[in-house]
Amino acid sequence: MTTIGVLALQGDVREHVAALESAGAHAVPVRRRSELESVDGLVLPGGESTTIDKLLRVFELREPLRAAIADGLPVYGSCAGMILLADRITGGIDGQQTLGGLDVTVRRNAFGRQVDSFEADLAVEGLEAPLRSVFIRAPWVDDVGPGVEVLARIPERATDGTGLGEAAGKIVAVRSGRLLATAFHPEVTGDTRVHALFVRLVTASRRS
Amino acid sequence: MGTHVGGRRGRAGTHQDTLCEVALSETTGTPAPSTGVGEVGTARVKRGMAEMLKGGVIMDVVTPEQAKIAEDAGAVAVMALERVPADIRAQGGLARMSDPDMIEGIIDAVSVPVMAKARIGHFVEAQVLQSLGVDYVDESEVLSPADYANHIDKWAYTVPFVCGATNLGEALRRITEGAAMIRSKGEAGTGDVSNATTHMRQIRQQIRRLTSLPTDELFVAAKELQAPYELVAEVARTGKLPVVLFTAGGIATPADAAMMMQLGAEGVFVGSGIFKSGDPAARAKAIVQATTFHDDPDVIAKVSRGLGEAMVGINVEEDPEPVRLAERGW
Repeated sequence: MTTIGVLALQGDVREHVAALESAGAHAVPVRRRSELESVDGLVLPGGESTTIDKLLRVFELREPLRAAIADGLPVYGSCAGMILLADRITGGIDGQQTLGGLDVTVRRNAFGRQVDSFEADLAVEGLEAPLRSVFIRAPWVDDVGPGVEVLARIPERATDGTGLGEAAGKIVAVRSGRLLATAFHPEVTGDTRVHALFVRLVTASRRS
Repeated sequence: MGTHVGGRRGRAGTHQDTLCEVALSETTGTPAPSTGVGEVGTARVKRGMAEMLKGGVIMDVVTPEQAKIAEDAGAVAVMALERVPADIRAQGGLARMSDPDMIEGIIDAVSVPVMAKARIGHFVEAQVLQSLGVDYVDESEVLSPADYANHIDKWAYTVPFVCGATNLGEALRRITEGAAMIRSKGEAGTGDVSNATTHMRQIRQQIRRLTSLPTDELFVAAKELQAPYELVAEVARTGKLPVVLFTAGGIATPADAAMMMQLGAEGVFVGSGIFKSGDPAARAKAIVQATTFHDDPDVIAKVSRGLGEAMVGINVEEDPEPVRLAERGW
């Protein structure tokens, strides 16, 4: 069975574990280097990216994780996890680092503060029906490098035809090789299609 | 700060738009307005925010400088207030919502979420905090209550609320009013963790008891808890609150934080414990790390070294009844 770790330093670990389990994987929390070695794939959960970055460094997980990503470990990051996967970020705090691997620029807290957080149905590449997507102080992707596939964008206009300002058309889900990232949180909705997508990606990479 | 996709600071949350309906589950909250891209202020968006804070430490700060120290130490959020509970306790008098200038200064200083406190029942202080753009409102017993009968109708706001509770019934009543996160109360400003343990044990024990009851006994259980039956039945079925449960009130050391996590807290509020100690930056970092590795005594031992003086505490037992903050709210 495919074993997928969820980085469990901080954030909504339990929701990802549950979503992965219902998508048919065996899910385990990962806080130590030794735990990292036994997983076929890894989820970087939602949480506070600045906190997770610090804990990765203090507990000496950053370098092993970077090495694992370079070595082809499949990783899915949601929200803070997307920030951690990005090669470049804007709106980070002084000294904030990411793990990198994904050739994108991610803008932290791009949609605003919590009062601006929202949920919406979004068309996602590879999923037949729209996905209920929950954005919580969410980032967006400002630009993507070659080889990065865009899986979802904010629409250009609202359903009633009004413009969406700076958010219009912004990229909110991407895939590049074995790395998958969403600005939103499918793990809090009970819809496990994104996790199923990732489980298939991990299972396929195990076989190859 | 990013673009506001929706209207400025979401819904007004005025007292007038209070609806009679009591919404209990995620799907039945007061209908949220569409903002173009999507719906703001839904139960899922509010409760989801607290899910993202899990496993983290939220620190009381009174200046932008302290807020930076907290952020640099790895706080998942800061609580902006004028006086930490230990000072409120020492100085006495009424405690109210902080000066908007002070809250805004802290919002501008950090990029992690900023929470702020409103008095129990003071729905206009809450409106002001939402208008300032705070990320979470704490309807808090640490401030002087503004209404001794009613709490704020928290469904009427876009901003989510956290409320204190000493037992399961109190927690469920706050959730019924729209709280999107609960913290056990403990006894703020004392540095004495004993009430935090009492309240967390009480809540967890009452949840465990519910899960063991046959369905026909849940009706009386709801009556005894003074909470709506549907919510009681949901807790009995799932074995947990429908919102995130943090701990607060008296946590002063890394071991305190780790103990509360082992007792079932999903995260920690530290009030006076950090900035009333000898070396706030070091203590803040240590409490963050002990919260993450709360089940690993080797890590807790390591991070507990060389932190200097802990806050000077007050024993809750020596604290005369009239100033026990946990008894505010009902």
